[in-house]
Amino acid sequence: MTDFVSLYFALSETSSTSQKVRLLTEFFGAAPQGELGWAVHLLRGEKLERGLSSSQLRQLCAEVSGIPPWLLEESYQVVGDLAETISKLAAGKASGERVSLQKWVELVRSLREAPLDERMAKVAEAWRHMSEAESLVFNKLLTGGLRIGVSRGLVVKALAAAAGADEAQVSQRLLSLRDVREISLPALAEQGSGSENMAPYPFCLAHPLEAEPQQLGEPEEWIAEWKWDGIRAQIVRRGGRVAVWSRGEELVTESFPELELLSQKLPEGCVLDGEIVALDGDEPAAFSRLQQRLNRKRISITLLKQIPVGFIAYDLLELNSEDLRNVPLGVRRQKLAAILEKAGISKRDLRLSPEVEFCQWQQLDRMREGARENGAEGFMLKSRDSLYIGGRKRGSWWKWKANPYSVDGVLVYAQRGHGRRAGLFTDYTFAVWKDGELVPFAKAYSGLTDSEIREVDAFVKAHTKERFGPVRPVEPQLVFEIGFEGIQASRRHKSGVAVRFPRILRWRKDKPASEADTVETLRQLTS
Amino acid sequence: MFAREPLLRVTPQGLYCPRADVHIDPWQPVKRALITHAHSDHARPDCGSYLAQRETLPILRLRLGAQPSQLQGVDYGEELFINGVRFSFHPAGHVPGSAQILAEADGERWVFSGDYKTESDGVSRPFEPVRCDVFISECTFGLPVFSWRPQAEVFAELHEWWRRNQAAGVSSVVCAYALGKAQRLLAHLDRSVGRVIVHSSVWEVCEALGHDLSGFERANSDIRAQGALVVAPPAAAGGAWLNRFSPYSLASLSGWMAIRGMRRRRGVERGFVLSDHADFRGLTDAVAATGASRVLLTHGYTAPFSRWLCEKGIDARELDTAFGSEDGEESP
Repeated sequence: MTDFVSLYFALSETSSTSQKVRLLTEFFGAAPQGELGWAVHLLRGEKLERGLSSSQLRQLCAEVSGIPPWLLEESYQVVGDLAETISKLAAGKASGERVSLQKWVELVRSLREAPLDERMAKVAEAWRHMSEAESLVFNKLLTGGLRIGVSRGLVVKALAAAAGADEAQVSQRLLSLRDVREISLPALAEQGSGSENMAPYPFCLAHPLEAEPQQLGEPEEWIAEWKWDGIRAQIVRRGGRVAVWSRGEELVTESFPELELLSQKLPEGCVLDGEIVALDGDEPAAFSRLQQRLNRKRISITLLKQIPVGFIAYDLLELNSEDLRNVPLGVRRQKLAAILEKAGISKRDLRLSPEVEFCQWQQLDRMREGARENGAEGFMLKSRDSLYIGGRKRGSWWKWKANPYSVDGVLVYAQRGHGRRAGLFTDYTFAVWKDGELVPFAKAYSGLTDSEIREVDAFVKAHTKERFGPVRPVEPQLVFEIGFEGIQASRRHKSGVAVRFPRILRWRKDKPASEADTVETLRQLTS
Repeated sequence: MFAREPLLRVTPQGLYCPRADVHIDPWQPVKRALITHAHSDHARPDCGSYLAQRETLPILRLRLGAQPSQLQGVDYGEELFINGVRFSFHPAGHVPGSAQILAEADGERWVFSGDYKTESDGVSRPFEPVRCDVFISECTFGLPVFSWRPQAEVFAELHEWWRRNQAAGVSSVVCAYALGKAQRLLAHLDRSVGRVIVHSSVWEVCEALGHDLSGFERANSDIRAQGALVVAPPAAAGGAWLNRFSPYSLASLSGWMAIRGMRRRRGVERGFVLSDHADFRGLTDAVAATGASRVLLTHGYTAPFSRWLCEKGIDARELDTAFGSEDGEESP
């Protein structure tokens, strides 16, 4: 029987989707009771609570291996993966027994309660009985997720095959089986019980529009909505209760008590899809405001008042406990408008995402540039006839974003990348001019082609003086156009601004560093 | 007391011995070059004359087009004097014919390692440490995450992969450097598994080295090879040349395959960790075995490895040369 470590390596060595599904199906079919649930949990990208921080793990690895901490750090910079680095430095001898994922998970989870030296001792002892390969996977559990290139969809597909059930069913069941230990093939094949089930539907996701919109066909076949700058969520109203689910299929009801309260007014047995946004007065505010509401254990009354949120609904997936996903979008929206009208909820708190009227694509394109003034990132284009299909199926839903803000920045620091980019200098810091000095304003990791990355990597290696430590100061010569979605004033940053989703748009080989932008250009964008 | 001129130093042309007026593995054309081995970053064209271990000479002829009149061969351990400096070549275990070069004058001994590995590979004369005062060493894999397993284990894995491919009706293409890695691979293949097809550039190097190629097949334009193992130089990977072997599985045989990120980046399905360079422990042991009080590091992870040696009480420094590269792309 294959163990989880062999599965992990087999999955990471193939790029073929069908091969991945085959491997997963085989594993799920044979996984012992108690192991299946954890395997599913981890393969779906969930993490275990961390028992040791990265720096504690580094310290332990240095102690166990006798490698000085600075040399461990240099090694990590080249390997680009802490779990892998440690596995190479502190691996022991494999016990020869089949790895029990369940035992590993129990060990990792038991760390939470133990005092630090006991935690360290437990992990060191575990390492002693592991091969390098085993240690790598175990360290992945210790340091966070597996990140193995398996989508949730593939896991569902394989589970469905192993359980002999259909994918939609398995996907639903997974959402309602909240306790990992309840997951078993028979439990997945079972029909869930109606009203107790607070699970959302698998989200229908959109693709970025890369072609010209004219290619989509006649404008009247499409619905355009503003693309709101918030959190995608479903509000599930069933059995007298309310659940709010984020797109990551995380239950976020407690983070948004006001939504829970107002949704009580929705009719029984309905599910809304839409966007949670922060409000500024009556209007949707930028994401940076909403961000202050996220990842908090408790939401104080002050915070509720300071940063109220609202829900902008754009789809109706269930009404009168009936699944509407196979009803065309146009009809779903009409029904949605009707129930919102009847619910008697203030438009400020729960509104219908309006359909943006347009006759020609060109006209919409012009309006797109004004999206930010409307508190939006651009448009969503949805085919009027489209059904609600979970996952990222191409063709009927597109996101058409406004062009990003952009400025020209100078490359000033470089760091080695991770994963596929391990060992290459791919993580960059960019600066703009301020009184004759370069001040960093953004870090960016993506946007260059592979051959450009190699070129920049060679430049960094040839133009650094300081060779110790992870961050290399680089001679300021290369200029890049940096795009970003949002910008706000920030006291924490030397440049005085913080930018959101920065990325490299292109390499300005035509520009010398002296012609890069200034802090002033950035400041003007914040207003 | 004023400092004596060092026996070896770096000039814009390469590593230079002023007393003997010769260069070692120069990266620009010079009058007289001593060559450690025939890889392209150590043996470059257009020098006046080349002095190398005998086995290296035919490769210099093949790759640099050097004329017999320009070439002089020596045996391992043979002494020769140039302007009063005593030189000798010693096994480096890197590839067939590879040598470390010892220069000695006034009782001071300097060794330039060229590239080397400490494990015996079965085709190159195994590395022999040479006692010296100053050791100029490579450190391509000078980080502790590089730790090689015995080659027998790696070749066992490779055969398992070959057999599995064969069962699936797929050919097995292995990328290996034409000089060194390819001979090492060919020497350890179990020919009872199936046909072995050899790319022309690998074939020519084997012929030049005088290796026995009976039983191997030289690749040509209409060769077909379901289930066979194909030995190709890295340059052939990703090119149209491989299409004739479709469907095939592509593997790489290199020390860099130890790092998963690098493996993924190369786009090979299988990476076998096998290097002709010493791993971290090999380097550390080799340095200790020379007894050198000063170590100069030419290429690889020179900064961390010199610090590592300094912490062990050895005066180690980086030497800026044009060999290999800092990382990522393996110097052959």
